[in-house]
Amino acid sequence: MKAPRFAYARPVSIAEALALLQKHGDDARVLAGGQSLVPMLNFRVASPGVLVDINRIAGLSGIKVTKNHVRIGALTRHVELERSADIAKHLPLVSSAMPHIAHPAIRNRGTFGGSCALGDPAAELPACALALGAIFVAAGKKGERRIAAEDFFKGLYATALEAGELLIAAEFPLPKPGYASAFGELARRHGDYAMVGVAAHGLRKGGKFSDMRVAFFGVGDRPQRATGFEKALEAQSSVDGSLARLDADLEPRADLHASAAMKLHLAKVLAGRVLGELAA
Amino acid sequence: MNAPLETVEIEVTVNGERVKRSVPARLNLADFLRYELELTGTHVGCEHGVCGACTVRVDGEIVRGCLMFAAQADGCKVDTIEGLSDSREIEELQSAFVLTNALQCGFCTPGVLMAAQALLRDESNPSRERIREYLSGNYCRCTGYQAIVDAIEAVAKARAGRSTR
Repeated sequence: MKAPRFAYARPVSIAEALALLQKHGDDARVLAGGQSLVPMLNFRVASPGVLVDINRIAGLSGIKVTKNHVRIGALTRHVELERSADIAKHLPLVSSAMPHIAHPAIRNRGTFGGSCALGDPAAELPACALALGAIFVAAGKKGERRIAAEDFFKGLYATALEAGELLIAAEFPLPKPGYASAFGELARRHGDYAMVGVAAHGLRKGGKFSDMRVAFFGVGDRPQRATGFEKALEAQSSVDGSLARLDADLEPRADLHASAAMKLHLAKVLAGRVLGELAA
Repeated sequence: MNAPLETVEIEVTVNGERVKRSVPARLNLADFLRYELELTGTHVGCEHGVCGACTVRVDGEIVRGCLMFAAQADGCKVDTIEGLSDSREIEELQSAFVLTNALQCGFCTPGVLMAAQALLRDESNPSRERIREYLSGNYCRCTGYQAIVDAIEAVAKARAGRSTR
């Protein structure tokens, strides 16, 4: 189908965008890359009266490496992350996730901030943000506030962003020496949303795991860490010996593609592979 | 621009030609090209970004024409299959598609050619696996992908052979 009628606004500054979002409240949606929002409009599962197109706001996109973190602007396109030498060097987890996100034509438009602000439970970047301990930066009427990835994803397509707020960036702490990461996902076709995915990050030293952060996606209503599994890895350093802990950590819900039991099985298989890669 | 509008004035350079139109905000880029400009080589299949039939180039990069509003292309350079064909940019790909029988109904072909050209522009000698992966966002429901991959691989090899000679 075609998108329902809406009114289109194209602010050129964050202040203008915030003014529009505050004025139109729940009737407004932010249009970033549009690679999820436009299908939602075409399916008529969303029908905002006003679309606030943030694509022409200068300063919302780009990757900046500072002493402490890598800052990714909300409007940074997937293709920029995919091709960035800075991301490959400092956030290899994000680099390895990129080829799994849809297809080249989608990655040319889709944005980092759009993916995170939508909060699709099967999306890759939210899980990476969670595994790497990213901090989201939101702008609102009262100025900027920072929200840890742990507190940002609230549920199915739900985030901590409040009405009238705009996600402007995320700051990823620079991984300390010795830390490694690995990523994997299972999808029925290349580029589809994940049936199950894993983003893992932590310290591997002398055959032991520590400070593990293992985020699953596609198994719940939001990306989630498997804390029991993380603790088991740290305690016994055996990937295979820790997998049983996922029974308690994850409560996958059945969907069109897989039963809950199948998802749990796939989560274990994938975690075995991904953590095995991290341990190697 | 500040007040939200249901009708938007746009100026777009399509296949090198500047056009000015007044369009409904909800009109997607693919429909704009088809209905306003009668460039019907851009096909509309699924209308939610899955099939790839509406692939066009905006400012040099391939995008889904169904997932972008015409209003967003204001000030941009848009290239469609007609432009690439007329400029002979994809001449070799077109010949190879005919030679290998890489199309039947042709519905997906413009989008496939747009994607294939983008791949060959960025990567001089992609493997068959890489070609398949790159084209994973373009669905063909007639031929299967074997002949399409054959055609793209043949062009890549021919171009690589020429550049090393």
